[in-house]
Amino acid sequence: MSQPPESGTLETTTENPVVGIDQTKGDFQYKMDYEFDAGTGLNENTVRYISSVKKEAPWILDFRLKALKTFLEKPMPTHWATKDLENINFDKIRYYLASGQKPKRTWDEVPDDIKKTFERLGIPEQERKFLAGVEAQFDSEAAYSNIKDLVAKQGVIFANSTEALREHPEIFRKFFGKVIPTGDNKFSALNSAVFSGGSFIYVPPGVKVAQPLQAYFRINAENFGQFERTLIIADEGSEVVYMEGCTAPKFSTSTLHSAVVELVALKGAKIQYITVQNWANNVFNLVTKRGVAHEEAEIKWIDCNIGSRLTMKYPGVVLKGRKARGEVISIALANDGQHQDTGAKMIHAADETTSNIVAKSISVGQGRSTYRGLVHIPKNLKGCKNNTECDALLINTNSRTDTYPAITVRGDRNATQHEASVSKVNEEMIFYMQQRGLTEGQAMSLAVNGFINDLARQFPMEYSVELKRLIDLEMEGSVG
Amino acid sequence: MSQLEIKNLHVAIGEKEIVKGLTLTIQSGEVHAIMGPNGTGKSTLSKAIAGHPDYTITSGEVLLDGKSILELEADERARAGLFLAFQYPSEIPGVSIANFLRAAQQARMAEGEELDASAYYKRLYSKMDLLKIDRKFTSRSVNEGFSGGEKKRCEILQMAMLEPKFSLMDETDSGLDIDALRIVADGVNTMRGPNLGVLLITHYQRLLDYIVPDHVHVMWDGRIVKSGDKSLALELEAKGYDWVKKELAAATA
Repeated sequence: MSQPPESGTLETTTENPVVGIDQTKGDFQYKMDYEFDAGTGLNENTVRYISSVKKEAPWILDFRLKALKTFLEKPMPTHWATKDLENINFDKIRYYLASGQKPKRTWDEVPDDIKKTFERLGIPEQERKFLAGVEAQFDSEAAYSNIKDLVAKQGVIFANSTEALREHPEIFRKFFGKVIPTGDNKFSALNSAVFSGGSFIYVPPGVKVAQPLQAYFRINAENFGQFERTLIIADEGSEVVYMEGCTAPKFSTSTLHSAVVELVALKGAKIQYITVQNWANNVFNLVTKRGVAHEEAEIKWIDCNIGSRLTMKYPGVVLKGRKARGEVISIALANDGQHQDTGAKMIHAADETTSNIVAKSISVGQGRSTYRGLVHIPKNLKGCKNNTECDALLINTNSRTDTYPAITVRGDRNATQHEASVSKVNEEMIFYMQQRGLTEGQAMSLAVNGFINDLARQFPMEYSVELKRLIDLEMEGSVG
Repeated sequence: MSQLEIKNLHVAIGEKEIVKGLTLTIQSGEVHAIMGPNGTGKSTLSKAIAGHPDYTITSGEVLLDGKSILELEADERARAGLFLAFQYPSEIPGVSIANFLRAAQQARMAEGEELDASAYYKRLYSKMDLLKIDRKFTSRSVNEGFSGGEKKRCEILQMAMLEPKFSLMDETDSGLDIDALRIVADGVNTMRGPNLGVLLITHYQRLLDYIVPDHVHVMWDGRIVKSGDKSLALELEAKGYDWVKKELAAATA
């Protein structure tokens, strides 16, 4: 047993009443005894503890400590973002909980309760069916990580960040923190200080990974903060699809998820990053995601945000090389008590770069959706194109939606196009569907699925089925 | 054999009473036509029976096979066998007709039971063949950007698939062109039979040239004031609604 850096505040077990059990698949928890626990609250000792448990090289500890300083210095971005951020109590959060540092290669070796958790979430089954590799993170560390032999033989590296820092420092260090610098925002600084877990992927030149790689992020403990760090590098002419899913049980107190995801697509490479998150509705989900696309490379973010108390997430692409392409497809569903503050960033930094943003949000009951978009095309560039579409669907009059598109296009040799719409599911439409025998919940669910249909069709089939199922559950629950 | 009984029905929108004591019984196999001038409560009647939340039934009864349906939600009434062909059907963007009908069929199945997709499509295609509807039609979003005739075709196809016990067809004032009129008429005539009762609401007699009703009722100011066989429709066409008005005035004088 390792000793936590602080005494007195440590909770040795994770007993929690599971409040408000409902049909949500992720809402369950197993009682765990964690071998490694950084205690409650955040200070230099917490960071040193995490680094020492991971047996990190001195440069990483140094990186973390600098990041902690940046985090503490930076104010909350409440001058533009919601005041709800002030309700995060950083002193009450547990920053590192793990049962071990080395993920298992077979499910049989994974401890029973953790294995049961992922079985209930359907991960081993999906792995058998259609995935090239899986990493399953339980609180701070991956409990399981495996890649199919065929893919490994092509030279593809798929590991968690802890392993990758140890085994592939030469690649990791070259790209790490370069796309999203520590000081990008308060939460990227926090992640840089206490990061643990997340995926590291390297795809060698010309290798096209046929099946998706998947990571699943599971929060099990209450008052916990999950800070995974993902870095994906697709070398020249390579292709990879990465998918992530996330769930947490419903706790009476809030939980923090603050990831940093960096993508690098070298010349002619393609990365597709798909997220289907289904957080319990007391999770603060504050994630920074960005990719750099080099010459003729393509980065596509498909981002589905369901659940959480507050999500702030604006996946971005820096279009660094000529003819690079960036795309963000975003779906957000804000139910009662939830705020989905999502959007996209496209930074054009080379000629003939193109970007496409399609954002659809659904607000139900008191739910609130905000779209924030940033498109930047500087004056000196030519032949750049951006297309932005944001559509909002309101279900009942209490819902709220806001759109903040910021498009700066300088010079006259570039083209942008922006369309926005707001529509409502009205009583007549619901009555029409009810008259055909659908319940009110089924009718709303069908209306929502219709609204996102053109986007959902772009997903791998397994994920669009999952998305539809999640929407059905949300809409069934929203009918009084 | 089924029976739909409407007994002394009063319907209000807000404070305003629109249907003022209407009584009518329809048996399976029968086609009843309700005719009447604009604003007399014909559409209100059909929406109230279907369970639209804006329409309040202040007194009276609606019985399906002897059981009151007034406590049921609109979807429960639909699953019990009531179909309303809308005058202005809603658009459902992004939902194809095939998926919509599939969801409607699935909603009629017991919990945990899964609709057999291939059997469903087989049935859908046979109904489409029967109604002479092009296969491509059902991949379009429900009513989105449809012409008047396409909307009618969509309603008729839904009716054919859901096989209701009673169909309330609200065709009032919809300015049906002759093609749309034929679509409705051909559909109803194809489905007409011992298992279906139809209440056909129409403003003009011409629809009844194509669908020959068993019974014709004239509605005036929220009530049925005259009933007869198909010849009543022709008489009405010849004499106009003023004839009814005068007769009514004479009777109450």
